[in-house]
Amino acid sequence: MTAVIGQRLLRREDAAILTGQNRYTDDLVLPGALWVAIKRSDRAHARITNLDVSAAASAPGVVAAFTGADLRSEWAGPLPCAWPVTPDMKNPEHWPVAVDKVNYVGDAVAVVVAETRTAAVDAVDQIVVDYDDLPAVIDLEDSLSDRVVIHDALGTNKSYTWELKPDEAKVEEAFANAAHTVKERYIQQRLMPAAMEPRGVCAVPSPVGGDYILYSSTQIPHILRVLLALTLGVSETNLRVIAPSVGGGFGSKLEVYAEEALMLGLARRLKRPVRWTEERSENAQASIQGRGQIQDIELAADASGKVTAVRVNLIADMGAYLQLITPGVPLLGAFLYHGAYDIPAYSFTCTGVFTTMTPTDACRGAGRPEATYAIERAMDALGAKLGVDPAEIRRRNFIRADQFPYSSAPGLVFDSGDYEAALAKALELADYEALRKEQQMRRESGSTKHLGIGLSTYVEMCGLAPSRVLAAVSYAAGGWEHATVRVLPTAKVEVVTGTTPHGQSHETCWSQIVAEKLGVSVDDVDVLHSDTLISPHGMDSYGSRSLAVGGTAVWLAAEKVLAKARAIAAHQLEVAEDDLEFANATFTVKGSPDRSMPLAGIAFEAFSAHNLPDGMEPNLDGEVSWDPPNFTFPAGTHICVLEVDEETGEVDLLNYVAVDDVGNQVNPMIVEGQVHGGIVHGVAQALFEEAAYDGDGNLLSSTLADYLVPSAAEMPSFTLGSTCSPSPTNPLGVKGVGETGTIASTPAVINAIVDALSPFGVTDMAMPASPERVWQTIQSAKGAAQ
Amino acid sequence: MRVSMTVNGSASEHDVEPRLLLVYYLREVLGLTGTKIGCDTTSCGACTVLLDGESVKSCTMFAVQADGGDIMTIEGLASNGTLHPMQQAFHENHGLQCGYCTAGMVMAAVSLLQEHPNPSESEVREGLEGNLCRCTGYHNIVKSVLAAAGSGS
Repeated sequence: MTAVIGQRLLRREDAAILTGQNRYTDDLVLPGALWVAIKRSDRAHARITNLDVSAAASAPGVVAAFTGADLRSEWAGPLPCAWPVTPDMKNPEHWPVAVDKVNYVGDAVAVVVAETRTAAVDAVDQIVVDYDDLPAVIDLEDSLSDRVVIHDALGTNKSYTWELKPDEAKVEEAFANAAHTVKERYIQQRLMPAAMEPRGVCAVPSPVGGDYILYSSTQIPHILRVLLALTLGVSETNLRVIAPSVGGGFGSKLEVYAEEALMLGLARRLKRPVRWTEERSENAQASIQGRGQIQDIELAADASGKVTAVRVNLIADMGAYLQLITPGVPLLGAFLYHGAYDIPAYSFTCTGVFTTMTPTDACRGAGRPEATYAIERAMDALGAKLGVDPAEIRRRNFIRADQFPYSSAPGLVFDSGDYEAALAKALELADYEALRKEQQMRRESGSTKHLGIGLSTYVEMCGLAPSRVLAAVSYAAGGWEHATVRVLPTAKVEVVTGTTPHGQSHETCWSQIVAEKLGVSVDDVDVLHSDTLISPHGMDSYGSRSLAVGGTAVWLAAEKVLAKARAIAAHQLEVAEDDLEFANATFTVKGSPDRSMPLAGIAFEAFSAHNLPDGMEPNLDGEVSWDPPNFTFPAGTHICVLEVDEETGEVDLLNYVAVDDVGNQVNPMIVEGQVHGGIVHGVAQALFEEAAYDGDGNLLSSTLADYLVPSAAEMPSFTLGSTCSPSPTNPLGVKGVGETGTIASTPAVINAIVDALSPFGVTDMAMPASPERVWQTIQSAKGAAQ
Repeated sequence: MRVSMTVNGSASEHDVEPRLLLVYYLREVLGLTGTKIGCDTTSCGACTVLLDGESVKSCTMFAVQADGGDIMTIEGLASNGTLHPMQQAFHENHGLQCGYCTAGMVMAAVSLLQEHPNPSESEVREGLEGNLCRCTGYHNIVKSVLAAAGSGS
């Protein structure tokens, strides 16, 4: 039988989607459900002086209207933050509906519950709110000055300062002895994850018994169940959480949201099913945003350009409140500011500050795109300073293939890799030398279309996460994953996974993993997920963890099944287990091909339990909770080739090459799809997207007409390649691919723009690099040169 | 107001509020939830359906404006259990991930090929400009549409 792992198997998820038959949260039919609409603050920072819901409450079709004060008793505690990064971290109380004061545009102030969606939406406009405005706090450094303190009870806008300083003396020494130094400031603009499916939440109370089913467009039904049980003060056994089909997450659905706690509270109060679907403008305001950092990075290097130290100081925008992992997002990048380079001295500091904007949290890559951007931009700056080609400055600094497993200065052990091989392959695919020649020719000809070539030799850390490491960085939970594999009496195989796919093709890939292990057809494997009644244990999907952690758990559970099957076969064939060999889903006695038992027969024997070894439990199943011993470290080289029009500032992508090393690939077709999508997400940060606020804290990009998610027309096709350094961390040798494209691509694009414009003396380009901004940058550079 | 139209080959007739958008008529009155809503500004295209053979964004017209029309949604595209060549091409080329944009994307692509049976890559990209996808990076969507064109869809 040929290997199933590694095949480009077409997806089993597709048929239902392509015929419009799968159900996202808003598609669910819930008889008797009431609709909820939320009145949101249109002020960034204000005291509520008057709030009157009476007109709304008596509007046609309205069942009830509530203020935050009306509902406060529904919650046993404020919304949770699971990552208290320091013991003294400041965390303001965050209630699902604000009381007395609003702290960002989008903060909920009141709710209407009505018989229909339209009745609810109509009535919301009849809620009267008067505000006493307070100054908005938009700028991170201004926030740190505490000129205006947002949360009175905290007395400061600083949430925390977190440091990773393994050896400061060594860093000081490296800078003191440096032949060259680079000191740069980069701004990570705020982004909106902008999953195509807005969020939806439905809470359905049981007629008797106090049980609730919560349907939510979430990445984390398992984590939600635990934390909502605590927040609502209901027994965990009374709460079932289901994530129906989920239309993308990108971090925005890795949350315990106000609306989830709100729907449960309303269902309990009204004893009726309630539902809410987010409008896109609500998604912009009230789903989390991402990035939002000021990054100061310094490199020390010797005369040859070998970097000897990196020092990083971040100010990270928390937004108005701490959501589930808001303070921890910068920490996910904190260990990676040396990038793919062997830098012996390391210093990292991050200060988290509150602002009067939407809370930030994980946005595809979460901390790692920021780290990669800073080091990849700084390496280019160093190369430019020394007059060394971007590819060469990287080669001089790479962690070498013979250094793995590599102990990094900030304290991680990188599993495997060959960074130079990926670079070489990418340069070849892009035809780098020819590009440089063309660039030179264009420059000499005086062309106004400037060719730019940008490199990004990234490394990331995923496979979240070893639970003990999470403990060391103060995260509240573990990083294991759970799987159950059952061979049913009819030899069909049921896989239960704790991962929660929302586009990542787990049904297809987990089937491949089990089919490979058990020798059965992928069509005989069914994968169950995303419902806490069916899959009680899980840590869900984010941080490119699903395959490396969850897929491994599936593999190990199948291994347990196989071990039990072997014991049954040995018992019934009356041989020692070691005398059996397993192939084509059949155990055969070595040297006696006529004495065999197929897995299907063993499954029925395990079910009937008529003749099992003494003491063996019936049924053929295996269950595993797997806690990974280490992270995984995908890496690679991305090269962006683009053209900048000097006269219009327009940037046109000509080619994009990505060579990624994600370890072994279970399904290369799906890997490539993840890379494509990731690249566009990162390119979008570089060129198009910004959650922009004005000085009064108004969100300027609250629709998809203002927040520029790119379309097919702005993107080229991509040239992909891969290298493979299997991870020794897990038996599948896999690493993870959900975020590589996003992590790698943003600096590749900006490096390319700066490269294109370097003849003008341009050394940096703020994001997003809109035509206007590029044009202005060119004009400023020309002005400075005169 | 009374509206009547043909949806996926079946006649439908209902009293609706004049302000009811076509997408809500399809989703909530007829229960055809395959057509999605992804924005409120006609930007994302998740709600794209065919009206008298041409793609329209069903969030941008009232149900009453479709009165007398012939609507095709994603649910009506396959026939007798066989996927439409465009659906098949999306499957074979991994042109979908989370699936939320897929209905609109497929309907827009069907309409595109009706107008341009043999489009170039850039024509496909321009033609799908009104449909956003956050998962695929468009690479495999474009590949799917070109494949469907090649298969004589």
